[in-house]
Amino acid sequence: MSDLVVSSRVRLARNIGGMPFLSRCSDSQRSELASGLSQTLQGLALAEPMQYIDVESVDELERQMLVERHLISRNQAEAAGPRGVAFSTQETLAAMVNEEDHLRLQALRSGLQLEQCYDEVRHLDDLLEQHVSYAFSSRFGYLTACPTNVGTALRVSVMLHLPALKMTGDIEKALRAGRDMNLAVRGLYGEGTEALGDLFQVSNQSTLGRSEEQIITDFRDQIVPAFIDYETRSRELLLKTRRAALEDKVFRAWSVLRSARVMSAEEALYLLSHIRLGLSLQMLPGLTIELLNQLSLLTQPAHLQQLSGKRMNPSERGEYRAKLLRDTLGAIKGVG
Amino acid sequence: MKIKCQKCGKEATLHVTEIVQGQKIEKHLCQHCANQEGITIQVQMPLAQVLEELLQTAAGRELANLRCDVCGINFLEFRQKGLLGCPNDYTVFEQALMPLLERAHEGASQHVGRVPGSAGETERRQNELLRLRSELKDAVASEQYERAVQIRDRIKELEVE
Repeated sequence: MSDLVVSSRVRLARNIGGMPFLSRCSDSQRSELASGLSQTLQGLALAEPMQYIDVESVDELERQMLVERHLISRNQAEAAGPRGVAFSTQETLAAMVNEEDHLRLQALRSGLQLEQCYDEVRHLDDLLEQHVSYAFSSRFGYLTACPTNVGTALRVSVMLHLPALKMTGDIEKALRAGRDMNLAVRGLYGEGTEALGDLFQVSNQSTLGRSEEQIITDFRDQIVPAFIDYETRSRELLLKTRRAALEDKVFRAWSVLRSARVMSAEEALYLLSHIRLGLSLQMLPGLTIELLNQLSLLTQPAHLQQLSGKRMNPSERGEYRAKLLRDTLGAIKGVG
Repeated sequence: MKIKCQKCGKEATLHVTEIVQGQKIEKHLCQHCANQEGITIQVQMPLAQVLEELLQTAAGRELANLRCDVCGINFLEFRQKGLLGCPNDYTVFEQALMPLLERAHEGASQHVGRVPGSAGETERRQNELLRLRSELKDAVASEQYERAVQIRDRIKELEVE
């Protein structure tokens, strides 16, 4: 049942030695960092070269696209001044320049792939280190603007889909167990966002005093299996005691998605979560996880406008989103 | 009107609406009863609160006046923003940061992970660079251009080293 891990992400925060942290950089220092790091990143000998987007100069829609693809944070999108992001063609690897720290390196993959993510981001870190000198102390490790990130400056996150825990009402207990393990639990787009579509982002809070490998291993061997176990047990309980209610949720979502004429992004996420559950419980033959992931992304506001090729206000988006879902899911035969 | 906690009657600070089996259930609880029910809303380590507590102590009040002579921030400014100004702050504010680091990192205060290949020799050089960049900023601001050029040359030398 590891399909309830939607994605894995590993992030390293890095700062250039001999430079103030970003909030104390002058405008010219920020420009110096952005232009220097963008050149360095694009010139690295990676298997897949990276392209750089100057986030300051692109329009709001493009920034929103980057947020929806999890290539930049909301903070990075909304900040001011020289800043940008470099990412690989497959978008598994990205480096934000001038966010809270000078560099935020991340590897993002679908499903449970923490080691692969760590290997990839570590390789990027190794290559970068040949060109820049990081702020580092033997006592505190990699020095970061916020002391809560210092040490390994490693943040491991998994995006978990936990609809059954939500239905049984045991989600709070599970999240509390997570917090007892000193984990942070957030919504779909990270800090300060709500858990839409039963998606929860679970990440480590402590970064000092344990090695990178220990943090990754803990996630792989203890934390992720614990959440999978909670959710699996809730699903089994629901199937045993409230099967009709569970099936009703799945098939009701399926029909609404295939027939609605107007749909908000939030409702789409909510309903797509129910059919994700149905897919996982093998109730919806013909539907694939790839299609579901694609729809989850395409129904987001910026992607929807990109797809339609024009700017749309929220009510136009609602109609276009409903049509996209209706056409795509309506084409699948043989369900229900 | 203040809503009372439905369990103990104190002022409720947490208001939750849950849908359980199609039934809407509203709960109004104080923090204490909410904790007992297993309802938590504090996601992040309350950084501001940890610092607030620290500054209440006598030693804390002394620390509040510490200032980094490289980036210019003092401990109070750090407290307000939650962000440090430069790598040198970890040295200047070390004492004040220790309790915070230990709270945030499960008691740990020593790095045990990866070390950059260039570590050792760079710490001294990096601090020198930081200091020079701050002097350069001041020199430009006070229109001491000759001095600024000298500093810039020294920065270039250090960067190549």
